[in-house]
Amino acid sequence: MNMSSRWMHVLYAAICCAGAVWASMPLGAETGSSPQKIVSVGGSVTEVVYALGEEHRLVARDTTSTYPPEVSSLPDVGYMRRLSPEGVLSVAPELILAEEGAGPPEVIDILKEAQVPFIEVPEPYSREGIIAKIQAVGDALGVADKARSLAEDVDAKLAAAEQNAKDDIRSPKRVLFVLSTEGGRVMASGTETGADAIIQMSGGVNAATGFEGYKLMSDEAITVAAPDVILMMDRGANHDVAEDELFAMPAVSTTPAAAEKALVRMNGLLLLGFGPRTAEAVTALNQALYPD
Amino acid sequence: MVLADTYLPADRVARARIAHFAFGLLLLVVGTISLTVGASDVALGAALWKLAIGDPLTRMENTVLWDIRMPRLLLGLLVGAALAVGGTVMQGLFRNPLADPGLVGVGAGAGLGAILVIVLGTLLPIWLTASVGQFMVPIAAFLGGWATTLILYRVSTRSGRTSVATMLLAGIALGALAGALSGILIYIADDRQLRDLTFWGLGSLAGATWAKVVAAGPIIAIALVVACGLGRGLNGLALGEATAAHIGIPVQRMKNAAILTVAGATGAAVAVSGGIGFIGIVVPHLLRIGTGPDHRPLLINAALLGATLLIAADMIARVVIAPAELPIGIVTAVLGAPVFLWILLRRRALVDL
Repeated sequence: MNMSSRWMHVLYAAICCAGAVWASMPLGAETGSSPQKIVSVGGSVTEVVYALGEEHRLVARDTTSTYPPEVSSLPDVGYMRRLSPEGVLSVAPELILAEEGAGPPEVIDILKEAQVPFIEVPEPYSREGIIAKIQAVGDALGVADKARSLAEDVDAKLAAAEQNAKDDIRSPKRVLFVLSTEGGRVMASGTETGADAIIQMSGGVNAATGFEGYKLMSDEAITVAAPDVILMMDRGANHDVAEDELFAMPAVSTTPAAAEKALVRMNGLLLLGFGPRTAEAVTALNQALYPD
Repeated sequence: MVLADTYLPADRVARARIAHFAFGLLLLVVGTISLTVGASDVALGAALWKLAIGDPLTRMENTVLWDIRMPRLLLGLLVGAALAVGGTVMQGLFRNPLADPGLVGVGAGAGLGAILVIVLGTLLPIWLTASVGQFMVPIAAFLGGWATTLILYRVSTRSGRTSVATMLLAGIALGALAGALSGILIYIADDRQLRDLTFWGLGSLAGATWAKVVAAGPIIAIALVVACGLGRGLNGLALGEATAAHIGIPVQRMKNAAILTVAGATGAAVAVSGGIGFIGIVVPHLLRIGTGPDHRPLLINAALLGATLLIAADMIARVVIAPAELPIGIVTAVLGAPVFLWILLRRRALVDL
């Protein structure tokens, strides 16, 4: 950071010397307190904007923003970690609202340099995190009151859903979240992930706890993990691995999940988005895990 | 591209001279267009007119033209020229049409450096990450590339003589080693880091900033100037090392210069733009077909054409799916590969170096 700003100083000095015309540029219009043209980066942030009823202020979204379906009519500024500076500026935003981890950093710097307010919204995987996220988005949009009532509503629903999920469970089921089965190798979720959090919130137990993040699991590790249920993302008919194929894989075939043919598929953004719909996700996953 | 008549080499020498001006002009034109083309509707002409009549520019125009398009143009110019000249020098040095800047180990080493920082960056001491911040990846890539080249160079140099054959083989071994280390890091990377790595490997000029231009510019510029002076030596080397030495070419000194400049130029290029393939291989071959194998004009033309092609590819990358953009490595390969194949099929005999 220091280095970057030092370079910028050197450079601005050079610019000033090179031409007074460039240096005498005005600062441009200052943005008002309640921005009207917003670029939303990150699926769950976009969902919150819609839940607040402020979607008319959106002018663009990123590739990960796929819900609600009408969001797809907005221009797409690219994958949230690979934003293009001119692409984002081309929609003339007054505010960029981004989920934690948007980037790359040099692009964010250019956007800040252009004096477009850039607000980063935290992305922790918990009920408190969702509430904080809704409030942060509400504050950024200048609709703190609306956000407070939405947050209370979401908080109540989620607390109820979580409580409901934890009630009357005699033996919690062991759930293995499988991200992909590319090339016959199982990429599964360990701890410290959205999948791990949602499994616990829904009254399940993550079957893979020996590692953090998403990793390839060896066949033996899967056998030892002994999941009762396999949880996967629903990616549309063509991309899904067939149920028979999954349970025929040597590693998976020995698990209790294979014996019961217990496979749950859910929409990825609903399951892992941690936004206003998470209560819905908890209830749905809980019912899928404990059908009776 | 006008293809030369094979039977009149003298003609191609003249053509190579003319090509300097033609490519220079082309670069100027493409560069100017690249300042006017982008996702936003900011136009260069309108901005210049405003400057001419003394109107102030809007902040949008100022940012887009000066902070986004201008550094991108300069970075594209530097990187394109570095890759094309690096490829030309390597093909001449190894006397092998398949050689590219990656042969001196820069690609694998830079990749390893970048992956190290992307995956293990959080383990570095705070004072270090705070002081270099977002330049971590470029710096690590440059150091990784440069270190690999130096190791390779040491391995293949015995009693003051560098064996290019040893270098080629040792390069493959070092590449495999770097690949394996990268593999370990990829294994422990989380899904976000994996996406970062994939995008890094595809290259992009989207993160172009003045700071990157200022950091990479001098290294690449010096390396290019030195490399363009290697033409006579590379011509001699085409006859074989012994013959080259007999006709008075300081073979070892030339090898040193070639290897170090290529490592410097492409290391800096890869560091600021990620892995951009194809320019380094295709540009020299296109030029040899068109204007003959004489390295003296070839090196200069390669710099001009490489810069032009990369700037053009970058323009496509940033408008084709605007407001999002494609990684530039995809554009260079998707457009470059079919054209190159077509030329090869038509003029097969000419590519035998």
